Amino acid sequence: MRPLKNIAWKPVVIAAVILAAIIYILPTFNPALWPYKKINLGLDLQGGMHLVLQVETDKSVDSTLERIVQEMRERSRREGLQKIQVERIDGNRIQVTVSGQTNITGIQNLLDEEFRDLREQDRSLAADKLALVLDLPEQETDRIKELATAQALETIRNRIDQFGVAEPDIRRQGERRILIQLPGIKDTERAKELIGRTAQLEFKLVDERMSPETALKNGAPPGSEVLYQVNVDTDTQRTFRNPFLIKKRTMLTGEYLTDARVRYDQDQRSYYVAIDFDRKGGRIFERVTGDNIHKRLAIVLDDKVHSAPEIQDRISGGSAVITGSFTAEEAEDLAIVLRAGALPAPVTVLEERTVGPSLGKDSINKGLMSMMVGGILVIIFMVIYYKGAGLLADSALLLNILSVGAVPSAIKATLTLPGIAAFILTIGMAVDANVIIFERIREELNIGKPPRAAVEAGYDRATLTILDANVTTLIAAVVLFQFGTGPVKGFAVTLSMGVIASMFTALVFTRVVFDTFLSGRKVQRISI
Amino acid sequence: MQFIRPDINLDFIGKRKFAFVFSLVIILISIGTLLMHGGPRYGIDFAGGTLIQVQFDKPTEIARIKSGLNSMAFGQASVQQFGEEDASEYLIRTDIPGITDAGFNESLRQTLAEATGAGVEIRRVEMVGPQVGKDLREKALKAMFYALLFITVYISGRFELEWLKSAVMAVALIGAVYVFGLFNVSIPFLILIALLVTLGLFWILNLRYAMGAIVALIHDVTITVGVFSLFNKEFTLPIIAALLTIIGYSLNDTIIVYDRIRENSKKLHKNPLATIINRSINETLSRTLLTSLTTLMVVITLFVLGGGIIHDFAFALLVGVLIGTYSSIYVASPILLAWQRKSTAG
Repeated sequence: MRPLKNIAWKPVVIAAVILAAIIYILPTFNPALWPYKKINLGLDLQGGMHLVLQVETDKSVDSTLERIVQEMRERSRREGLQKIQVERIDGNRIQVTVSGQTNITGIQNLLDEEFRDLREQDRSLAADKLALVLDLPEQETDRIKELATAQALETIRNRIDQFGVAEPDIRRQGERRILIQLPGIKDTERAKELIGRTAQLEFKLVDERMSPETALKNGAPPGSEVLYQVNVDTDTQRTFRNPFLIKKRTMLTGEYLTDARVRYDQDQRSYYVAIDFDRKGGRIFERVTGDNIHKRLAIVLDDKVHSAPEIQDRISGGSAVITGSFTAEEAEDLAIVLRAGALPAPVTVLEERTVGPSLGKDSINKGLMSMMVGGILVIIFMVIYYKGAGLLADSALLLNILSVGAVPSAIKATLTLPGIAAFILTIGMAVDANVIIFERIREELNIGKPPRAAVEAGYDRATLTILDANVTTLIAAVVLFQFGTGPVKGFAVTLSMGVIASMFTALVFTRVVFDTFLSGRKVQRISI
Repeated sequence: MQFIRPDINLDFIGKRKFAFVFSLVIILISIGTLLMHGGPRYGIDFAGGTLIQVQFDKPTEIARIKSGLNSMAFGQASVQQFGEEDASEYLIRTDIPGITDAGFNESLRQTLAEATGAGVEIRRVEMVGPQVGKDLREKALKAMFYALLFITVYISGRFELEWLKSAVMAVALIGAVYVFGLFNVSIPFLILIALLVTLGLFWILNLRYAMGAIVALIHDVTITVGVFSLFNKEFTLPIIAALLTIIGYSLNDTIIVYDRIRENSKKLHKNPLATIINRSINETLSRTLLTSLTTLMVVITLFVLGGGIIHDFAFALLVGVLIGTYSSIYVASPILLAWQRKSTAG
């Protein structure tokens, strides 16, 4: 027999568990009660959007190479070097061909001084003609990719912060994925648009040598391309695409932006976005406008032309406006993405799960309904089958429900729909432990043991069985937690808690009640 | 109250041949239907694709929804009634991922409203790209594998109280998986290999209880998967969760019977093993059935009242609990007898 002093700590633990459970579960019903937070519902229950994005980091390597090529051409022109061709070949390599001894020395010096990052892959010198093949070493491309993902994460976080979503969860997942959870968000379309936009703002000159129509027919001249302006008629919802012939060279980008604000034009009755550049950007803008008076400067956002006004005069002061047929919302979103900065590379949506708020509410209601009905069925069954002991198992079950219900708020776990299912499942499983004990007690009584000895033997013999049986379920739950995603993780957490709680209530709680009931009295019969 | 009288004595062991044939037939049907359907039918979680749950404010017809969808670049879309009969709720499914770009919801809503003349609410959109689908499939299989691995190691140690053998098991299993992993074998094959290695080792190391438990486990999972395939239901992430729960739960009853067999083996060692096993099953029959009954009560409630999203999950549990109860009586225990023949033969 167990020594009595063992019994003394148990009621204390039970009281502590009950108290803790009450403290944590009450805010779920009345949030004003304590500082503890109420239960945190998963996206599938409260509605919201779950997105997994992939940063196309290859594109950021691509644009880095493109920039290097541009820069190399620019620098060699400025150094007065001639007969130089800089081109991109098979993807990620740069081919430089140059002839003439002075030019060769010049380009050598230029490469040594300014383009030290580049690795020489191949070199062939014939007569006075040098051909070089250069590329970026792996560490460098890795660094660019790494930086692109980190920057994309930061940019997206900024955008969402400015958009205003309560408790967003934005985190990096693996090498180049970004996980975004926006609970309770209603306008998912707008959020998606806001997040997914690259928002690469560029100022480029319009190529006036040819009309865009001719360029479309005969192909654009080298160094230029046809880009479109897209207008939507607000009344008819029809879109109009207006071609422009734009020079490929970028004069100024959005990276020098310091601010972007929505403004309303009373005369035009339309919204526009006012932008400010920093000092360097302002200087570049001044130079570009000064050099190109009476030419047209196109404002290009993600390869779409927004407007292409003629430059009337040199513009100093470092501010500009972006006009277009914006609604208030569109202008607001544009300002947000410009302020938050461009994504270093485009992103694609790999996974999306959106649940509307009404469906979430439905799920909660149906879950609670099944929980109630299932719970009541089990409670009634136990009382009918085991009478007094059944009542005891039922109170253990209620304690079990109370503690499992308190766990999500206590450990800041998220309750999901599969979590509710696990909750319901544990109601059915929680009484299992008691059934095993009670059946054993009945057996012991049947072979003629007195109640106290029968209870003692029942618990002793059943304890190990119950532990074993629950450990296997626990193993499954832990593995599930390790490999599961969102909702399934919620299932695993609730299931483990249910299993642990049921072991506690069956092996500690009901035991204490039995012991209290049986000790110091001569009990002839127990109701089981 | 008592459903089962304490002195009950049914001849379970005597009917074990019948049970074996029964199990074999169901397993063959399961494997057959899996082969016929070309493997389990993956939901969009694993196959990739798009799923949209829409609700109309008045009854409409599937044909109308389909004709509406035809005007969008939607590929082969399937439309299916969802949830309660009168809810006018439908699931639209297509293999094409990546169509849910900005503006998609609005244009879908308009298209469907025009096609059906009813108000449309888009309640749920799930899009899983092929890469994520592949990742999730891998994760799910790994979860199944590790659950089996840990449970195998646990029960081989715990049932036989020989942790040394259990450690041997663990090392051998991890070694086998590592070696085959080098050959880039796909994960389903890896699981199969791991299972074969497990069973072989149990046989060699004479871990008969562990063997019985694992056989019962494979039996339960195979049949549950088979029934799912038979009803042409989809495998999704929650279904994997249900399968793992079944793996954990179906062992409960087996453990109860085994504990009793061990207890009775000491008490009644003069009796033949068949008698001991049969008696143990009878003695624990009441609790085997009762624990399953209480669990079934909540699972059935969930199945009936839990709503469409949780329906298949509850169905998997329902099948699993039923099969698990059957197997702990008719499969797990009679397998122990196989050893008797092994030892008499040898």
